[in-house]
Amino acid sequence: MKPPPFAYECPTEVADAVSLLSTHGADARPLAGGQSLVPLLNFRLARPAILVDLNRIAALGQVTVEDGTLRIGAMARQAAVEADPGVARGWPLLTEAIGHIAHPQIRNRGTIGGSLAHNDPAAELPAVMLALDAEMTAQGPAGVRTIQAEEFFAGTMETALAPDELLTEIRVPALPQGTGWGFQEAARRQGDFALVAVAVLLRPSGSGASGIEARVVVTGTGDGPQRMRGAEAVLTERGTGGDAYEEAGDAAADASEPADDPHAPGWYRRKLVAALTRRACRQAATRMGR
Amino acid sequence: MADHGRNVCVTINGEAHERRVEPRLLLSDFMRHEAGLTGTHVGCEHGVCGACTVLLDGDPVRSCLMFAVQADGASIETVESLADGETLHPLQDAFRREHGLQCGYCTPGILMTLKPFLAANPAPSEAEIRKALSGNLCRCTGYQQIVAAVRLAAAMLRGEEP
Repeated sequence: MKPPPFAYECPTEVADAVSLLSTHGADARPLAGGQSLVPLLNFRLARPAILVDLNRIAALGQVTVEDGTLRIGAMARQAAVEADPGVARGWPLLTEAIGHIAHPQIRNRGTIGGSLAHNDPAAELPAVMLALDAEMTAQGPAGVRTIQAEEFFAGTMETALAPDELLTEIRVPALPQGTGWGFQEAARRQGDFALVAVAVLLRPSGSGASGIEARVVVTGTGDGPQRMRGAEAVLTERGTGGDAYEEAGDAAADASEPADDPHAPGWYRRKLVAALTRRACRQAATRMGR
Repeated sequence: MADHGRNVCVTINGEAHERRVEPRLLLSDFMRHEAGLTGTHVGCEHGVCGACTVLLDGDPVRSCLMFAVQADGASIETVESLADGETLHPLQDAFRREHGLQCGYCTPGILMTLKPFLAANPAPSEAEIRKALSGNLCRCTGYQQIVAAVRLAAAMLRGEEP
């Protein structure tokens, strides 16, 4: 249970970190909060020749709101973002979801960017960032690019980041006035990864029969966060109300194909998808004032 | 490509410990083997059990999920910092009085989790106490006496209990 030997670098600038990653290629791994990577090292499931520690890059730890957009430095600690009053005011879905990540001790070290770049298929943050239409800023040897959440999450523990690219910032756009949100998670124990988690956003919209626009994201059922377009269409068409939530929940369950695993059989997760989607819709509608 | 030495200086319970260490040395092992502070226990070594919880610049963290080199320049508090000589900290006294431990393996991590928790929340509800304890596994007590001990400690720290 001790990590294998590795060389260690702790740059203080993003450019130096990127240059180390590009020099060492697949031998190097960036180290963010370490709450997923260090267990992998201790189990010797990961054996990078060199660790590039990002913890001394002060520029990556900022959390600011600029022109209504939330800008989260990739190394901002989960606990810091959870406790940020500006985040709680403007993006309460994010505050709520962070409270479901593991335990306070983990959130004190764990970072927002680390969780997104790790992309565990049952992690809360990728699902929430997908629901919130976040944009990821990545810096590589060729420069900086922006990746939409939709493209960023590319399957179990896979992202659109190249091996020598670093996630530096997450930008979350402001939610339109009157947006309601819901977040529901079922886990076997407090702090466990989700068996299933559902994030729902309902926002007023000028177009569409019902006057609302819906976003439904489910995670825990497969290879990461999944937008439930069938459920979104039901809500956009039918609006708020028990029947619409019922139908949206069924649509989300129909679109889920969870496999059996030691934590839960697939049929149980599908039932969770339906039930948690219904509950998250109801929460979102209540917060919307409907 | 192993890296055999790096100088670090970690302040533990107010005392500076300067050593040359391998980068892969876990902070938990640095405290126990280099600084000789064996009060911090090592349980699972992959961040699940919480036995190795210490305060890093005031915040509780898993010391098995950090390298000593990362704590260079930081201030750590361990369970050894709680008692004042022979006088137990109210948390320790409350755990003793309420039988909040049996084998005691998990206790140092639990105490270090609770110290900042009670400082931030001096009168927690039972639900809040249980949530605060969710990252610390105890296989002996079933948690009942631990919850009772936290209630007593909170009252003692508020000055309501002797």
